[in-house]
Amino acid sequence: MNDGIKINRIDSIFKDYVDNKFDYLKKIMTMSNEEIIKNLTESGLKGRGGAGFPTGSKWKFAAEQSSDEKFVVCNADEGEPGTFKDKEILLKVPHKVLTGMTACSKVTGAKKGYIYLRWEYKFMKNDLQKSVDEFNEELEKMKIDFKIYIVLGAGAYVCGEESALFDSMEGMRGEPRNKPPFPTESGFMGKPTVINNVETFATSTMILSFGGVNYAKLGTDVSHGSKLFSISGDTAIPGIYELELGMTLHDFVEKFGDGDTKAVSVGGVSGALVPRKKFKDTIIGWEGVPTGGAMILFNSTRSIYRILHNYLEFFEEESCGQCTPCRIGCQQLKKGIEAVKKGEEDPSYLDTLASLSKVMNVSAKCGLGQSVMNPVLSAVNNFREELIY
Amino acid sequence: MATNEILIKELADQYGRKRTSLLPVLQGVADKNNFLTEEDLTTIGRELHLSGAQVFGTATFYSFLNVVPRGKYVIRVCKTISCDMKNKDDVVREIENMLKIKTGETTEDKKFTLLYTNCMGWCDKGPSMLINEMPYSDLTPDKVHGIIKQYSDTAD
Repeated sequence: MNDGIKINRIDSIFKDYVDNKFDYLKKIMTMSNEEIIKNLTESGLKGRGGAGFPTGSKWKFAAEQSSDEKFVVCNADEGEPGTFKDKEILLKVPHKVLTGMTACSKVTGAKKGYIYLRWEYKFMKNDLQKSVDEFNEELEKMKIDFKIYIVLGAGAYVCGEESALFDSMEGMRGEPRNKPPFPTESGFMGKPTVINNVETFATSTMILSFGGVNYAKLGTDVSHGSKLFSISGDTAIPGIYELELGMTLHDFVEKFGDGDTKAVSVGGVSGALVPRKKFKDTIIGWEGVPTGGAMILFNSTRSIYRILHNYLEFFEEESCGQCTPCRIGCQQLKKGIEAVKKGEEDPSYLDTLASLSKVMNVSAKCGLGQSVMNPVLSAVNNFREELIY
Repeated sequence: MATNEILIKELADQYGRKRTSLLPVLQGVADKNNFLTEEDLTTIGRELHLSGAQVFGTATFYSFLNVVPRGKYVIRVCKTISCDMKNKDDVVREIENMLKIKTGETTEDKKFTLLYTNCMGWCDKGPSMLINEMPYSDLTPDKVHGIIKQYSDTAD
């Protein structure tokens, strides 16, 4: 199981630029495409947005496609409640993201890159545009045929889903597409596209600068490296922390909890709501509870009913409405827990609701509808009495 | 609405008359007027060679593209879990009392609209809110009082 990894803070993503912000770019551009893929593969890096697809493979698949046009897209539509790390990366070290995108363009042959910035982060658009302009100028000087643009979102959680994001970029409602085909085959404008999260691009830059093998020394056999955690809720020290993967939730709570933690949402509202009794057995990583980094802590003063209700209201509002399991399912789950709480339905109705969430998990079209099950099952199985009384 | 027709033509010239320009054009108009009228949507459709349904369907999908009248300053208080836990209700109550409106409403002078929004990425500094695009965090009733007062005091 766990290799005895305790809480280990790492300083890589926000580490200062070595000499100047183009050093990483200059180094990476001297590497061959094979070397870049090799390093990413050896690093074991998986997508840091939460879905966890191996980054090296993704870049390689897109590189193998023959097409007149390819794209690199940076997903900066960080909308998972409890997540705020990408904002900080774009504010503090935007060049690491832009460098990662450029490395990807080198491997895949894409000539255009887009940052899809969520509307909520519009306040930073001008500053980010300045960094992008400066970066594009440098690319031109280095005779690299790649240019980066910013696209502004308009407020929709579901647009963080990659295919919905493409639809949004194409000027449509952000409704997820059927997969396959996957983006590396048919993404933005139906062309091969690599889409990665902000943190994944920044991490790629760091991996390529100090080597994939070195990166893989951190973490466990299954969860390599470190990642950013957005920590909020009942904690005296909320904020963003880069931590080595593979720690137990118990150790995490020892460090970040307020001494009275009863549950933690690992992975935001779409992740599991892990109860205290499972802290010791829960590893934060792909072998345990995977996460995009959102950790919301709850102490014993919090009502799980209120928390779950808040989550379901969120899902109900953010469901794109395209597929029935998610559109109707989210509404019924919310209505259902209200009815049980009011005594209008028998407590056993919670089991019906749990089944409904399982049906959504297998039948909804995208990750939004599929993951509603996670908090619902956690709450029904572990905090049943709080949902009833 | 002759002014918006000119603006829409300019935006269409800038971004190109194609489907991918729809969001930037909608945003361009919304930036200026804070909301899109039916006439705006029809004009945009005409300029980009899209049907009214396509334009309306897209515009109504996104929570930051308003198709109903909004005030000059749109206040959006985050109601998602971390901000909720940090007493966002007290902040909302303070704003409602100051502006004498309920959440979802616009002041009579059309200066403020008060809305809820979902997670805006300031969970470690909740409660938080946006006034148009400006984020404000670590809010308390006192602090929000000061902020709203500043906006109230600025001339139109």
